[in-house]
Amino acid sequence: MRDVEPSDAPTRAVLDVAGHAPLRPRARAALLEALDQGWADPRRLYAEARQARLLLDGAREAIAAAVGARTEEVDLFGTHTAALHAAVRAVARGRRRHGADVVVGAVERAAVHAAAAFVAGRGDGAVRTVPVDGSGRVDPDAFVARVGTGTALAALQHANGEVGTLQPVGVVHEAVRRHGVPLLVDAGASLGHVEVGPAWDLLAADAGDWGAPPLGVLVTRAGVRRSPDWPEDEDRWSPGGVAVPLALAAAVALQDAAADRVRADRHRRALVDVVRARVAAEVPDVAVVGDPDDRLPHVVTFSCLYVDGEALVTRLDRLGLGVGSGSACTSSALEPSHVLAAMGVLTHGNVRVSLPVDVRAEDVHRLCDVLPAVVAQVRTDAGAAGL
Amino acid sequence: MSGSGSTGPEPGGPTEVDARRLRCPAPVLRAAAASRTLPPGSLLRVRATDPAAAVDLPAWARMRGHALVSVERGEDDVVVLVRLAG
Repeated sequence: MRDVEPSDAPTRAVLDVAGHAPLRPRARAALLEALDQGWADPRRLYAEARQARLLLDGAREAIAAAVGARTEEVDLFGTHTAALHAAVRAVARGRRRHGADVVVGAVERAAVHAAAAFVAGRGDGAVRTVPVDGSGRVDPDAFVARVGTGTALAALQHANGEVGTLQPVGVVHEAVRRHGVPLLVDAGASLGHVEVGPAWDLLAADAGDWGAPPLGVLVTRAGVRRSPDWPEDEDRWSPGGVAVPLALAAAVALQDAAADRVRADRHRRALVDVVRARVAAEVPDVAVVGDPDDRLPHVVTFSCLYVDGEALVTRLDRLGLGVGSGSACTSSALEPSHVLAAMGVLTHGNVRVSLPVDVRAEDVHRLCDVLPAVVAQVRTDAGAAGL
Repeated sequence: MSGSGSTGPEPGGPTEVDARRLRCPAPVLRAAAASRTLPPGSLLRVRATDPAAAVDLPAWARMRGHALVSVERGEDDVVVLVRLAG
């Protein structure tokens, strides 16, 4: 007996790949190759270990080249979160004589907020949070105004991964540098998708976002004063280091992403424009948020009035569409997305989309096709029809 | 949805909506249901404990054209006062 695929089985499409993109074929091949060639401990001194060391150094060199840095400025971590924590902790420790204040944008990743609170609290400093406008962007002047003599570190993301809005890192970096304060730029949503540029002193990124297994990257410019606040290790900045095959996969995927960037940008930017236009036109009482133009190519977010975000995500999943949400009812925490809250936009009924590089146009159109009826159904179920 | 969460307007005072202990998006649904029963220009005061309500009630007012009069954040609740659109 041969199984027959039911013809009405939905084709599945995951449109929520931020931080967890599908593995690029070249990254997968490099990973498998490195499992054979780079399994040994790169700290040891025999041929197999030297081979692993060579692969690891090659990976760091390739990542450094991709961001315009030197190999020795690149450190790798198990996760993006660990990279961000280490950056904030080490710089706060290295610059403790200046003070323990940390200036952060309101829509930074949770790991940045948590690390800032951690080091500020430890050193009797304060976290100075810079508000954002309705599009999710900080005002450069307001940011710089919070930087002063007691500032250990400032942190501003390159772009927001939830709503796509690019931040004014260039002008902020220039002004913050005049105060002698290092700027940590979290490019976790940007690197591999857009040109990140040189306006940073520390740059953090996530290989999981550009099509490798997740791996934290931290690049620290020579001259940034930092000091570990953790025990001594041969890998001073990232104790224990990372698995060599993961480092190689990250580097190969980043090179692949760079080579494909122009095509992937054009392809996804147009599809995000489709989502923005169709959702705004076809779904009643919806707020499409984030900057419509000055944004990442692949991210779009919108919130539907009177709609339970969890019900929306669940119904779309049943139709074969994987989307994210920043609504409180979709997270284990009771709090809604701090990004949406800081922007002052509706947090319930939220749908967060981040498109993979090879997203099929028909899947994006399918999302737009089904949304009006799905939203209407969730509203009816909640007794919100006609409100 | 029943109107059990709201009380009729006192002379000159705002209509009260008690949305405490309700999770998102229920506080906004309560506010919207109450607003349907009131004439334009009425004041509506919504009290909620859900952390999302402090953002979502003002956002609802903006999307619906109502005027946001005040947002008072208490220890564990928020009180949002809205003047309904015409």
